Amino acid sequence: MSDWRTSNPVLLAGSASEHRTLTMSLFGVFVLATLGITLWAGRQTKDAADFYAGGRGFSGLQNGLAISGDYMSAASFLGIAGAIALFGYDGFLYSIGFLVAWLVALLLVAEPLRNSGRYTMADVLAFRMRQRPVRTAAGISTIVVSIFYLLAQMVGAGSLVALLLGVSGEGAKRWTVVAVGALMVVYVVFGGMKGTTWVQIIKAVLLIAGAALMTVMVLAKYHFNLSSLLGAAADASGKGSAFLEPGLKYGVTGTSKLDFISLALALLLGTAGLPHILVRFYTVPTAKAARKSVFWAIGIIGVFYLMTLALGFGAAALVGPKAIKASNAAGNTAAPLLAEHLGGGAGTAGGAALLAVISAVAFATILAVVAGLTLASSASFAHDIYANVIRRGKASEREEVRSAKLAAVAVGAVAIVLSIYADKLNTAALVALAFAVAASANLPTLLYSLFWKRFNTVGAVSSVYAGLITSVALVFFSTVVSGAKTSLFPHSDFHWFPLENPGLVSIPVGFLAGWIGTLLSKEPADPAKYAELEVRSLTGLGAH
Amino acid sequence: MDTPPTAEAVPPEVRGTDETEEFRSLRGAFRGFAFPVTAGFILWYLLYVLLSSYAPAFMATKVFGHVNIALVLGLLQFASTFAIAAWYARYADRRLDPTAAAIRERYAPANLVAPREVGE
Repeated sequence: MSDWRTSNPVLLAGSASEHRTLTMSLFGVFVLATLGITLWAGRQTKDAADFYAGGRGFSGLQNGLAISGDYMSAASFLGIAGAIALFGYDGFLYSIGFLVAWLVALLLVAEPLRNSGRYTMADVLAFRMRQRPVRTAAGISTIVVSIFYLLAQMVGAGSLVALLLGVSGEGAKRWTVVAVGALMVVYVVFGGMKGTTWVQIIKAVLLIAGAALMTVMVLAKYHFNLSSLLGAAADASGKGSAFLEPGLKYGVTGTSKLDFISLALALLLGTAGLPHILVRFYTVPTAKAARKSVFWAIGIIGVFYLMTLALGFGAAALVGPKAIKASNAAGNTAAPLLAEHLGGGAGTAGGAALLAVISAVAFATILAVVAGLTLASSASFAHDIYANVIRRGKASEREEVRSAKLAAVAVGAVAIVLSIYADKLNTAALVALAFAVAASANLPTLLYSLFWKRFNTVGAVSSVYAGLITSVALVFFSTVVSGAKTSLFPHSDFHWFPLENPGLVSIPVGFLAGWIGTLLSKEPADPAKYAELEVRSLTGLGAH
Repeated sequence: MDTPPTAEAVPPEVRGTDETEEFRSLRGAFRGFAFPVTAGFILWYLLYVLLSSYAPAFMATKVFGHVNIALVLGLLQFASTFAIAAWYARYADRRLDPTAAAIRERYAPANLVAPREVGE
């Protein structure tokens, strides 16, 4: 995803002062409304199923909206529109992996997971295995994936606020990170899954409405003729027809092509292994409703990415890459700048109003995503590690939920501190890493657990740790961490892995480790437990 | 075996269900659809990614106006994703849900908490 670090807030500052008050008030309305909903949801949250799974009472459409709200981060909205505005076709190419990946979730994961699990991903992984080792591994992997993803969002939030409000300086960034962190903890602790889900639903509706409004305005300027929009974008880009062809971003060298293929694999296989997405399937009453949720999510997310195509090319054509790059080198302000242009241009009331609306939508987006991540990681800590590993399944429901709330506060605190002190982290690399770990550690284990009769505890533990360690280690020894100007440590160089995305290596390692671990272990799989899992996952018999 | 399995142990009504003809046909209908279709869309997506990376000249071929093959193939990825989702929803409605419901009703005693069929 795009790199927020390169932001240069000053250039937007002129128009920023006009829309700042409006943005802040709109955002204030969103925060007040969602806090109200959180309090209401909190009053209805009585037991663990309410806290972790929103009482399992959401409909397929509601959950589909919430999944979309959980998935479409500010990085998708601003990052992909910006990548299309600057790199043309390659930005679009990037967005497709995020969508196609949902078919893995639809066909293989959503329904069996809903039927056989209870609150977390580890419920399914540990279903027919020894509880403690598998839950520990799955809990660690859940927390690692969620924290990487959370950091990306929070570091991004700090820079984004600076960018959109035109405030510069470290102080403003820090206070933004603290405020975002505090709000997400409040949503999770007081509202649980019910509150978090409503925040995500509202955000999804706002984001779709904002993007749709801008898309129609862009297309109207070109008389709803896609070809002339493309032509205008190619002309304005200064790159001619190459702007509409693959290669500007990912096709530069042999290594950058491999890097993209690695990323594409991680996106394709990672989505159905993201813990904060998986737990959403527990919020509906049946497997059929889980299927409908993904069906809706595919429609909503697909239409959204199609709209970012129009927004990205529209920004290239109407705002121009020079102005976009001047505001933010990675292109993250392409969508807000386009909003300002569509509203009437800089300095006009209409421009300021539309810019404010889109900025407020971007903030809402960040809050909904970080709340989902906090909930998923604290739920896994409480349900998997605290209740089943530390207390060996003897914790009461009340103790478990209390520890989840404490964990949410701890996750919030850790995320705030890390985001403040690690604001040099490359958010694009963090998101890619989260997807790679999900694809290398979580998905292989999940698929083997559901569909391979022989799979056993050693296999499950091997695939989680091998996938997790390989992907994190490869990123550590890549230019993300050292050996390049954009690295975390630009002045030292201990990199030897040529790609920034580890998926091409770590995903096969995760699958292989699960297979080899299973075959090497002398422990036979329990056929009765597999029979139970299979019947339960396909029919819903005995499901929670 | 350090801890007992999660929550409730194997419900007695589940035992033996996996051996029935009805369940086998349900499993066959699910796997017979999900596995080949998954292989298909993964290959189709990889083909698209590889063409974008290694056949830029082909992808740059103009179809009409400023629309080239790269854009058409990209939009086709969206179309095929929507189509597969709709295809599976329809297939599951007709071929999987009735059998699953029949098995559930046969083996779950009335007093057992069955998943609610509401709010879809």
